[in-house]
Amino acid sequence: MTAPIEVSGSETAQPDAVLEGVGRKAIQGRSLGQIAWLRLRRDKVAMTGGVVIILLVLVAIFAPVLVKLFGHPPNEYHQDLIDPTLGAPMKPLGGMSGDFLLGLEPTTGRDLFSRIIYGSRVSLLVGFLATLVAAFIGTTLGVIAGYFGGWIDTLIARVMDIFLAFPLLLFAIAIVGVLPDSMLGLSGNGLRIAMLVVIIGFFSWPYIGRIVRGQTLSLREREFVDAARAMGARAPYIIVREILPNLVAPILVYATLMIPTNILFEAGLSFLGVGIRPPTPSWGDMLSSAVKTYQIAPHYVVIPGIAIFVTVMAFNVFGDGLRDALDPRTR
Amino acid sequence: MIAYIVRRLVGAAALVVIISAVTFSIFFLLPRLAGTTPDDLASRFAGKSPTPETVQAIKERFGFDDPVPVQYARFLKGVVAGSEYDTGTDVIDCPAPCFGYSFRDNINVTDVLLDRIPVTLSLVVGAAVLWLLAGVSIGVLSALRKGTVFDRAAMLMALAGVSLPIFFTGLLSLTFIVHQWDLLPPVSYHSFLDNPFKWAGNLILPWVTLSFLYAAMYARMTRAGMLDTMNEDYIRTARAKGLPEKTVITKHALRGTLTPLLTMFGMDIGLLLGGAVLTESTFSLHGLGELALAGVIGSDLPVVLGVVSVAALFVVLANLVVDLLYGVVDPRVRHN
Repeated sequence: MTAPIEVSGSETAQPDAVLEGVGRKAIQGRSLGQIAWLRLRRDKVAMTGGVVIILLVLVAIFAPVLVKLFGHPPNEYHQDLIDPTLGAPMKPLGGMSGDFLLGLEPTTGRDLFSRIIYGSRVSLLVGFLATLVAAFIGTTLGVIAGYFGGWIDTLIARVMDIFLAFPLLLFAIAIVGVLPDSMLGLSGNGLRIAMLVVIIGFFSWPYIGRIVRGQTLSLREREFVDAARAMGARAPYIIVREILPNLVAPILVYATLMIPTNILFEAGLSFLGVGIRPPTPSWGDMLSSAVKTYQIAPHYVVIPGIAIFVTVMAFNVFGDGLRDALDPRTR
Repeated sequence: MIAYIVRRLVGAAALVVIISAVTFSIFFLLPRLAGTTPDDLASRFAGKSPTPETVQAIKERFGFDDPVPVQYARFLKGVVAGSEYDTGTDVIDCPAPCFGYSFRDNINVTDVLLDRIPVTLSLVVGAAVLWLLAGVSIGVLSALRKGTVFDRAAMLMALAGVSLPIFFTGLLSLTFIVHQWDLLPPVSYHSFLDNPFKWAGNLILPWVTLSFLYAAMYARMTRAGMLDTMNEDYIRTARAKGLPEKTVITKHALRGTLTPLLTMFGMDIGLLLGGAVLTESTFSLHGLGELALAGVIGSDLPVVLGVVSVAALFVVLANLVVDLLYGVVDPRVRHN
């Protein structure tokens, strides 16, 4: 923003002189974003979460490299290391060693380290993309409901209520189970990942939709929106240029907090056998096979579970910190 | 008050119809849009490698060739008034509420549902008592001791609680508490009427596991709500007029905090009663959720439709009870 009165450098010498006692440092204006960033940086727990998230994303991206360096191909069988009668790894601790960092999968003897590393790809991909879908639908419908009000608002709000009262998991299971094996030129796990993204996103948009709607309802009454309207701006312009920029913070916070929920959703579906299918490694599917072997191979329960827990916890911690940083009232 | 109840009842009935219609569309409209023909549908419900005759018979028996609204109307009629099935040799009478016959083992779905409901009910009610007690009390204590070590530890625990998938905590407890350390008997369902002690003893683990997740959620919400309420003007007023702090908290703050939680509680109970799918499959409890899952995996449409309808009914009933309670607890609702 340019101030109506030009103030050039030399003319501001006086305030500088006043500030001499505090060390001649010019007072800097801070944007809301900068303030939030400073607050976030001071929050050690949240920053730890953030670092873990970055590491996880790197692990997912460089999974092939990591596996090549430290592991064996994720679908390579090592049945010579498995006790043929029990089905459990012969060595203690699930066969953990320098060669197999996280031990072996029971019965097949596949390298758990590689499978965990590759499993992060599915979790993060579905978690991020489903959240994107949910945020897109939720923001669009939430803004429309909040801005236009009237019967449009009533209709959308009602739909959101119904969605929130639905037995969603049952529905998701039913839909995944009923869809064909190939569709729209996609097949196999590519199709399943796309399906999971759409279904999870489609079922979780009301959580963001409600928040956006509420915020829009109050933003609509603010002076700057009145001003834009008085200057002749039409609804699409006001929504995109005046209201949406003010919604970025809440959308960011709730989207961040939705990622872990969606990761759990995906893991749950894969656990139930209606998500990602083997041989593609996914954490939920590993736990589902661990049900059969938990008595002989406890490490097969613990390792994928910890992977899910660490990922979800990192996002939750970071999301909480982000919310506190952007909205100090919630502290 | 009566107008309020009537309004709620109408809304509840509408919700059940909507949910059943959506379920029906999932099974009939969605596959059709995705390019599945009635023949494919029939063969999917006919089991593995069916003969063309079986496919034809199933198609005729269930009228897959009819338009979807006609099929839906037939389903609704079965639920409300019962229906008859012509198997070719004789006619089977299926009294209302009729959800049809399972494609897999050809038994009356209503009977299966009645068989499964007590299992889910036992699981959810037991867990609900635990999580309500633990969650709310931890949340209130945390809010009152905001910033202390207790608060931080409790909230970190709660955050961990909501980050742990139930099928992981469930499997962990099975692995260690039941199998390795032998502290509790294996999980199974015994009828409460048969032997209440066995019923409780064999369900403790699922109760604790399920309530851990929800207690964590409720502790977080109670704390946030309590902190919000404590900033309200009426709390200041209550303090200013000299009420003891204990009364301010129990009579004023807690009431304001718990009313929104009640809505949450109704929704959660309703959703879980329709099938705690993850918990049930982790502990191999044969409840509604496990039934629905088996139905989906086996493409057993009547079973899935039955469970989802019952689930919708539970959701609506729980919400209805909460709404009515709300009218009692919060006088503002009645006058709105």
